[in-house]
Amino acid sequence: MSDQAAASPRSPAAQSVAQVAAVPAASGSLARWARRLEAAVLPLGALIVGLAAFGLFLLALGKSPAEFYGLVYKAGFGTWFSWQNTLSRAAPLLLAALCVALPARLGLMIIGGEGAIVLGGVAAGGLGAAIPGAPAVIGVPLMALAAMLAGGAWIGAVGALRQKRGVNETISSLLMAYIAIALMNHLVEGPLRDPASLNKPSTAPLAEPLRIGDLPGMDVHWGFAIGVICCVIAWVLIEKTTWGFAARLVGGNVRAAQIQGLPVGRLLIGFTALGGAFAGLAGMIEVSAVQGSANGSLAAGYGYAGILVAFLARHNGLAIIPVAILIGGMEASSGLVQRRMDLPDATVLVLEGFVFVAILLSETFYGRFRIFAPERWSQK
Amino acid sequence: MNETDIGYWGVPLAILGGAIRVSTPFLFVSLGECLTERSGRINLGLEGTLVFGAMAGYAIAYETGNPWAGVLAAALAGALFGLVHGLMCSLPRVNDIAIGIALMLFGMGLAFFFGKPYIQPVAPDLPAIELGSWSSYPQVQAALRVNVLFVIGAVLAVVLWWVFRATKVGLIVRVVGDSTDAARAMGLRPNRIRIASTAVGGASAGVAGAYLSLYYPGSWNEGISSGQGLMAVALVIFARWNPIQCFGAALLFGGAGALGPALQSVGITSGYYLFYAAPYVLTLGMLIATSSTTRAMSGAPGELSITK
Repeated sequence: MSDQAAASPRSPAAQSVAQVAAVPAASGSLARWARRLEAAVLPLGALIVGLAAFGLFLLALGKSPAEFYGLVYKAGFGTWFSWQNTLSRAAPLLLAALCVALPARLGLMIIGGEGAIVLGGVAAGGLGAAIPGAPAVIGVPLMALAAMLAGGAWIGAVGALRQKRGVNETISSLLMAYIAIALMNHLVEGPLRDPASLNKPSTAPLAEPLRIGDLPGMDVHWGFAIGVICCVIAWVLIEKTTWGFAARLVGGNVRAAQIQGLPVGRLLIGFTALGGAFAGLAGMIEVSAVQGSANGSLAAGYGYAGILVAFLARHNGLAIIPVAILIGGMEASSGLVQRRMDLPDATVLVLEGFVFVAILLSETFYGRFRIFAPERWSQK
Repeated sequence: MNETDIGYWGVPLAILGGAIRVSTPFLFVSLGECLTERSGRINLGLEGTLVFGAMAGYAIAYETGNPWAGVLAAALAGALFGLVHGLMCSLPRVNDIAIGIALMLFGMGLAFFFGKPYIQPVAPDLPAIELGSWSSYPQVQAALRVNVLFVIGAVLAVVLWWVFRATKVGLIVRVVGDSTDAARAMGLRPNRIRIASTAVGGASAGVAGAYLSLYYPGSWNEGISSGQGLMAVALVIFARWNPIQCFGAALLFGGAGALGPALQSVGITSGYYLFYAAPYVLTLGMLIATSSTTRAMSGAPGELSITK
């Protein structure tokens, strides 16, 4: 029985996230709302603590946190122009976060989404270069399909290795990300290289119909809309369907899921592959909407920023949308902060590090505050 | 053809030399991780510790003019990262793998942040021992130019093996790693021992970073590490938590890492990027070969979350 093989319990943090969502509160709607409030207030509090800690870090360096956050607001959210920039940057983060969030609901911590993005981009770019005459209505969906298949197979393999061989998915997914980047370099500098790309080896530039353009009336490319739709689909799938319920059960207690006769192996491989397919789609969007061809810029770290987005959103598809916009805005402000405050470009990485650590530490406070547990209000 | 041209013999020779050169960071990170995992925790953040150690070591070596001051600074910085990891994981419900991922990204971010001014300057290198001076072939001399840190690492592997096997400290770490309850029953404080083990392990990873920036490749830039810190975590699993086997595995991984440059040196350049992926493919293959879903891994500490 291959399903027997998955009996080893998964990492506690992912498990606790899955449990919070999987098990409805026993004592009525008041308790349920209190739990939901807790699940919203604690991450928000952690975000504020993380931002404040980074403010102290800036103070220690003799820089003004007020000026920093003012610039972030101005460059990320201050004007319609900056909003458009922010939304465009949020697009790959939405999809990269799904590659972390979906497997996390089954108790798997996959951090190598970068590999699926890169390969998805190469698959889309390679296919697009091969069909220059195709009309948009056929070519673009084909490119998206190729990217999703590449990304899905890559991360699905991580899930399969976990299920069939018990290989730790966190380590294997990151190793596979390095392999994917090497594979991309090989393809882009070798078989798929456009001889005309001298300084920056790339695949042949996409024909104009294969470039997905901007949303009507906006300077935001279609990738943002696609990302939002995918997040909603993922949320419905996890929260509202029997498959999602089964997946959450696997994340909460894999033995119970097996006893219920759920196809644990198929669920694990299916949801990891779906997460990878979303990440692959992010690569296709980067190629089709931003770069115009597949090249080394695909490995821009979206996969790693996506980890932070997914954890901040507590692996909830709908919550990913505002969080990705927030992180996208911070990344959009990087240039202005560098110029105005003479800070290096890694400043955003440090800020993200503070927020990430704060959100993980907030895990320790779940269930500690009586205000979120109505059944304990009457106790002394 | 001149007399120092040794043709394709250069490939195995370059791989041997490369194995010694490339393996040193693997060795230090894996010994550190071995200690941490033996105490029952996993620190995935060592990749970040390694990169920060590389930056700190390079910066201090440049400022003081002494590479050993850089190594010391890298070890201290690494210990600090380990201490932070250990303290945070001691809180209830905080997961060591997730904290490791966060600290990996955080350490790299901090290293890039503070390392910007040190990309241009040239810091002094760590000294090497010429074991190949008997040979007239420059390739042999290059292959046997062994860094002092490699020797220290080899000694450290034996010392750590002896500590686990024959000393009270080693026994305490092993008990804590195998069973928290048993350790408590003995009157030990598991959290304190794990924090100390993670801090010492972090220091070792910091030294690995200093080796990268101060000897091979010997400069500081943002692409200095290519995942050595993470591969070392997989390497410890492959080495079955045995420091002596960590040494052998590090040499093997170093050899795989040297494959691409070695082939390039004799003119084989096609598929260079695929050879570059060899260490990752090797690591993954070993993980697949040594993992199992049905039996516990032999030698695995009982409290370790990735093997439970």
